[in-house]
Amino acid sequence: MIRFFAIPGLILLSLGSAMAADRQASDTTPAEDIATYREYFQQRFPDVSRQQYADGVYAIDAISRENWEAIEEFPPYEPMIAVGETLWQTPFANGKTYTDCFGTSPAQRKHYPHWDAASQQVITLPLAINQCRVRNGEKPLKYKKGRMADLLAYLSYASRGQLIDVKIPDAAALKAYNAGKSIYFARRGQLNFSCASCHMQSAGQRVRTDILSPALGHTSGWPVYRSKWGELGTLHRRFTGCMKQMRARPYKAQSVELRNLEYFLTHMSNGIQYNGPAARK
Amino acid sequence: MSRLISWSVLCLSGLFWAGTVLATAPDQAAAVAAGKAIAWDRKGGNCLACHSMPAGDSPGNLGPPLIAMQARFPDRQKLYDQIYDATQLNPASRMPPFGKYHILTEADINAVIDYLYTL
Ligand code: HEC
Ligand code: HEC
Repeated sequence: MIRFFAIPGLILLSLGSAMAADRQASDTTPAEDIATYREYFQQRFPDVSRQQYADGVYAIDAISRENWEAIEEFPPYEPMIAVGETLWQTPFANGKTYTDCFGTSPAQRKHYPHWDAASQQVITLPLAINQCRVRNGEKPLKYKKGRMADLLAYLSYASRGQLIDVKIPDAAALKAYNAGKSIYFARRGQLNFSCASCHMQSAGQRVRTDILSPALGHTSGWPVYRSKWGELGTLHRRFTGCMKQMRARPYKAQSVELRNLEYFLTHMSNGIQYNGPAARK
Repeated sequence: MSRLISWSVLCLSGLFWAGTVLATAPDQAAAVAAGKAIAWDRKGGNCLACHSMPAGDSPGNLGPPLIAMQARFPDRQKLYDQIYDATQLNPASRMPPFGKYHILTEADINAVIDYLYTL
């Protein structure tokens, strides 16, 4: 049900005008895209600083922000950081540990997602964790919650303050970026939404009682402890949740599609600091 | 014989006609109630997700309030078209194409419109 295979970012500046079905994701460069999206949200929320977007909906809604600040004083994800640290340090059956793959520092967040020229794909941090496990004879972890989320909580916590700086090094990487961008702007599912329908066009507006968060900063705070889940979940868990809301068949966590989507969406937030893990409603 | 038949046909059609007239008021009320249920149901139209409607609980605000519908949409077909496929009128619309994508049937949409006209 995907129509408009690609709807470019520039069109967002003139939302009233017809969305041009003939435009391609490749019509604008990643650098132009960042400028366009920043400008779009700047006009929409002139009082919100770039870094504040890392806090999702709480950047733009003072009332829910107050609640959230109270929650963050006794963070519900704190125990999982400790669990993740233990997992990080516990040797595999072969005696090696994650540090044999990643180096000794757990502050790894800023290196992901990145384009890997050797394997011609986007490598996300969860994917790298499982590649490390498999190389050492361990079973891969599930991608949406549980031990993977705990590990990510620890690594993200150790990486707080690192700047998002996703690079698009070559033509193949650009192709992956554009594929992710097309997914972001394509309408899909029975309700005919795109990600951008809600998180760009409608940011700040309410769907029932939910205020829609802006796309900018969307990938900085993961993993997230969500009250609705009652536990920690990963970014791709959220992606699949939103796709279900669109009544679309969700892509699998860490599929090529969702990694490309993460690549595009994280690049958009270049210059914002990683601040995961975080709490959400 | 033929006169008898035409008489009975006349009588029957007369009865039928009387029946529809008598049924109009309650049928209309039933259609309005059905339309309201569809419009408010999260699995139905879920119009409240995006539009405020009088007495509707915690509405969203992506779309304009659905009020004074008779006055603003005297042409029933225009209203039908907006609900059937909003992207036809505004390609950038965020309103789901309820008819085109089979979220609601034509009968559902007509019931919703009967309800909207009471707002
Ligand atoms: C029908 C509206 C809708 C659509 C379409 C939609 N989302 Fe969401 N999304 C939400 C709502 C509601 C939330 C929870 C409130 C919030 O943070 O915006 C949310 C939350 C998120 C979050 C978490 C933000 C945070 O700070 O915790 C991410 C990331 C996200 N969506 C990405 C996506 C992506 C990617 C797509 C497309 C595949 C998408 N969304 C499509 C409604 C939508
Ligand atoms: C996800 C959001 C969404 C949902 C759900 C939704 N609408 Fe809309 N609606 C909109 C938006 C946005 C507009 C503004 C015009 C446009 O973009 O099409 C609109 C416009 C309208 C209009 C024109 C109003 C005016 O004043 O011009 C009518 C009538 C309408 N919607 C009826 C409905 C009905 C009936 C339902 C449920 C069966 C519904 N809508 C569900 C988003 C929505």
